[in-house]
Amino acid sequence: MTWAAVLAGAAGCYLLKLVGLWVPPAWLEQPVVARISALLPVALLAALAAVQTFSTGTSLVLDARAAGVAVAIVALVLRAPFIVVVAAAAATAALIRLLG
Amino acid sequence: MTDLPASWPAVRATVLRRALSVGVASGAYGVSYGALGVAAGLSVTQTCALSLLMFTGGSQFALVGALGAGGSPVSGTASAILLGARNAIYSARLSPLLRLHGLRRLVGAQLVIDESTAVALGAEVSGARAGRLGFWAAGLSVFVLWNAATLLGALAGEAVGDPRDFGLDAAAPAAFLALLAPRMRGRPAWTTALVAAAVALAVVPFVPAGVPVLVAALVPVVLVLSRRWAE
Repeated sequence: MTWAAVLAGAAGCYLLKLVGLWVPPAWLEQPVVARISALLPVALLAALAAVQTFSTGTSLVLDARAAGVAVAIVALVLRAPFIVVVAAAAATAALIRLLG
Repeated sequence: MTDLPASWPAVRATVLRRALSVGVASGAYGVSYGALGVAAGLSVTQTCALSLLMFTGGSQFALVGALGAGGSPVSGTASAILLGARNAIYSARLSPLLRLHGLRRLVGAQLVIDESTAVALGAEVSGARAGRLGFWAAGLSVFVLWNAATLLGALAGEAVGDPRDFGLDAAAPAAFLALLAPRMRGRPAWTTALVAAAVALAVVPFVPAGVPVLVAALVPVVLVLSRRWAE
């Protein structure tokens, strides 16, 4: 039964990944669709960042991650390199947990 | 920082470094996923099969969590698939960039995940070639490190430490913000980002994990259709 769940779940997830690649390119080139498509990464990245900072499962939480991300934003404003932004966030959260 | 350099060798080096760093960060999570899988009662083979075949972390944690908590395999499978629905939006967005056909489409589809999409869309600002490199490099980097880490975690079991002790749960959102930063030009981008983040957080308590990002994907649709923002 576990194998059935593993294989059915994997098949479902793979088909979802595949189905988006079948969208016809001509459809995506229509002006309104192109405009939405240009803003979609902004929405997805902002939502992913917000959810992964302020939630655990289905609960909203404020913990060391928020401080880490706040430091990351400062690093971004100071135009720090990508790896520095990420490392600063991790180090801040780790330090706060160590002290807390 | 987030602006990519102008010359192709420099762009390539930057994109590859980003791809490797998201791979390393997700690898650290793969170790704890592997340990959790075995603790939930899956065999080492089943735990590793999920990383190879399902290869979308949120869904894997959901399925393993449901099985470990004694939930029904059917509801565990359903929540894993629901969580994976955002990958369909990612692949639709990536499709015109990647232009995959035949075998490459079948292989590329498996690599469509949060990290490969984020790196591809971040690199796309410097052109389609950089975007495609970002997708493949991040997808393969995460695939290799996530699967290796899963095996390691499954074999090591509970000896594995908590990745939160190393602040790795703050690394992922920081990376997503760093990839978002170069796109934050003009009012439509700011409005979209702020509304999408607010909407995603607002629905967190009411929908299963993974779904808030799906709901946020509707934000640019509604904004563009209601305001008809011009290019």
